[in-house]
Amino acid sequence: MITGTPKPIEEILEMIEPYEKIIVAGCFGCVTVCRVGGEKEVQVLASTLRLAREAGGRPLEIREVCLERQCDPEYLDPMRPYVEDYQAVLSIACGAGIQFMAEKFARTPLLPGINTGFLGVTERQGEWAERCQGCGDCVLHLTGGICPVTRCAKSLFHGPCGGSVGGICEVSRDVPCGWQLIIDRLKALDQLENYGKLKPYKGWSSARDGGPRRIIREDMI
Amino acid sequence: MSISIVLLPCTGRIEEAVLLRAFEKGADGVMVIGCLEGDCHYVNGNIRARARVGRVAGILETIGFGPERVRMYNLSAGEGAAFARFTGEFVDQVQTLGPSPINLARGQQNQESTEEVAAT
Ligand code: SF4
Repeated sequence: MITGTPKPIEEILEMIEPYEKIIVAGCFGCVTVCRVGGEKEVQVLASTLRLAREAGGRPLEIREVCLERQCDPEYLDPMRPYVEDYQAVLSIACGAGIQFMAEKFARTPLLPGINTGFLGVTERQGEWAERCQGCGDCVLHLTGGICPVTRCAKSLFHGPCGGSVGGICEVSRDVPCGWQLIIDRLKALDQLENYGKLKPYKGWSSARDGGPRRIIREDMI
Repeated sequence: MSISIVLLPCTGRIEEAVLLRAFEKGADGVMVIGCLEGDCHYVNGNIRARARVGRVAGILETIGFGPERVRMYNLSAGEGAAFARFTGEFVDQVQTLGPSPINLARGQQNQESTEEVAAT
């Protein structure tokens, strides 16, 4: 899922300073699962902002909504009839959802209520970790299901660098060396020969280095 | 100071939003009273409630209301005397803190509009 963290209330209060009437919009997708932008978070954020603003003598009117997804046009359409009755939308979806809403509602300022994080997993309640950087050319079948792009701090493709000591990455004591993980797992799977099958070089044009990406599935159009 | 009692089947039902809503509705303080820890009929409702009360205290602190305006107590259903004691203690605490900032702002506004009426 796409993960994120709430922006500090002070920062949000500053963002909404000019407005008296806003929408706080959540999303039932990833951000609901990682407890940063779902229906409950909309309610808590809206209450918090109303309390802070009214206590400061400038009450704020808020419409609370939570869309099925903010990254699909059909779920944004229902907002169209009323969105311009409000001065801004504070969205607590991921950056993709927020931008899509901004594109659809050209005359309404969109404000981000969260800091979007990464594509990751829930390791335990309240703790998420990055697993994929969407490089567009997956090699997990060769690396024991462990991503060298993500788990190696340098995204190396041919084994660990000199900074790997005792299975720990030089970046931080809390970061295991991605390549140590890969080799250990390949050994456990008896697939060490896969290490030699990695391409001599990785083409990064399908990753972010090729600029903003687009997927066109002719079979679906 | 008046108190109103809201009955719920389990403190586990209490969301952060419900507690914040009470402040929007004009409460100067909110106490959450759950069963003794380890005695929850729904296993861990009161443990969840404790975490939520903690988060709301954090929010109240951030927006300048003060974290002391929300507090969780645990007691068994048979402890009427403890209930009275906890309630008295919390009411004293809230009275010391005074009206919540939102009630102060509302009071000021009411005063201003009364003054306006008086002036017309
Ligand atoms: S190799 Fe690429 S697509 Fe596969 S997990 Fe790693 S970043 Fe994601």
